[in-house]
Amino acid sequence: MEGGKTKMHIAVTLNGKKYDADVEPRLLLVHFIRENLGLTGTHIGCDTSNCGACTVLVDGKAVKSCTVLAVQTNGKEVLTVEGLAKGGKLHPIQEGFWEKHGLQCGFCTPGMMMAAYALLQKNPSPSEEEIRRGISGNLCRCTGYVKIVESIQYAADKMMMAERKMEVPAK
Amino acid sequence: MKGGDDAKVLAGGQSLIPLLKLRLASPTRLVDINGIPGLEYIRESGGYLRMGALTRMADLEASDLIMKRYPIIHDASVEIADPTVRNLGTVGGNISHGDPANDLPAIMLALEAEFVAEGGSGSRTMKAEGFFVDTFTTALNHNEILTEIRVPMASPRSGGSYLKLEKRIGDFAIAGSAVQLSLNSRGECERLGVGLTAVGPTAIKAKKAEEALKGKKLTDEGAIRRVGELAAEAASPTTDLRGPADYKKEMVKVLTIRSLKRAYQRAQRGGM
Repeated sequence: MEGGKTKMHIAVTLNGKKYDADVEPRLLLVHFIRENLGLTGTHIGCDTSNCGACTVLVDGKAVKSCTVLAVQTNGKEVLTVEGLAKGGKLHPIQEGFWEKHGLQCGFCTPGMMMAAYALLQKNPSPSEEEIRRGISGNLCRCTGYVKIVESIQYAADKMMMAERKMEVPAK
Repeated sequence: MKGGDDAKVLAGGQSLIPLLKLRLASPTRLVDINGIPGLEYIRESGGYLRMGALTRMADLEASDLIMKRYPIIHDASVEIADPTVRNLGTVGGNISHGDPANDLPAIMLALEAEFVAEGGSGSRTMKAEGFFVDTFTTALNHNEILTEIRVPMASPRSGGSYLKLEKRIGDFAIAGSAVQLSLNSRGECERLGVGLTAVGPTAIKAKKAEEALKGKKLTDEGAIRRVGELAAEAASPTTDLRGPADYKKEMVKVLTIRSLKRAYQRAQRGGM
């Protein structure tokens, strides 16, 4: 594909919905999400793969969407912050950031939540150290890390409790 | 490769895409190799640890085999960039990018690794030593891609360690030192590999440091110190935002001594 003159066809499932699009090969995933699909929850921070504000999940793995080409997600499943809440109910991670004041300016929040989501999928009860390592690719310019860690701990506890309740037979 | 030397291979993209965005590279063609099957694996066979070029850093980090038998690689796998970048970044990309600040090149020099490349005219194997020609330049031809990274299988009395100094997670190293040690049955140094990160135009194999310990016991503090000093002599760092050249040389000495001691502890425990 030369110079971005020719468009490529991609089919991407984003937050459970299938999208077909013709995009320039050079289009970044974050621009595809924000500009083509109009989902502006995914933020662009540093644009150089340092800050993690643009973190989304591709096939279950956290990636920095400013450092992935949209065409690379052809045939894949993408999850953005808009896909966390279900049926108008906040996801436990969102609830945690609400309850524990895990945000100040809010710019890093979507990326933090997606990194936290990926972490908790892999490790449902992380230690504080593991949480800090897990979000080490995400920068908070307000330096609110203490509260962010507490928010993720809250979410982990809540998700574990929900899991356990399901295991207890209904009375 | 079609497009000649104006084409670039796209693997994990975690170095290349930032370069494109900064306009430091502007190839007319990108060839995405992620669709090629069979390039993501970590296994021991035929006397080697073999890693497919598209193996992700996160896969190295999660590998029991790497953690138990190749701790030098495990050390790097938890420190390269950050966890999100490691989900995409590849072993082959980290090596063939030719960046002296990347971590795996120094480790591959210490391990005396071999690289398998496939091209239009077939396949060839290159030694890690001599592969890193200059900053961002390797011995790969423009019509070749790296397919496999091979490391001689860990022997029972061997151990390795990688230590790097960085200002913060995700930044490039100020300096790094990779040490791989094999002991003979008397507990003396049989073979020592020393590779250095971010202190020259390429990753550096500190050959004089490697020779200095041969036949000596690892309880010889003077000999260990000498390895650190010779490693520092092999380094040719530049003064930049990450520190003055003298400081970086001193850090090479300190890191090499610490890495050597940790490699020795691991060798005594049978590689762990």
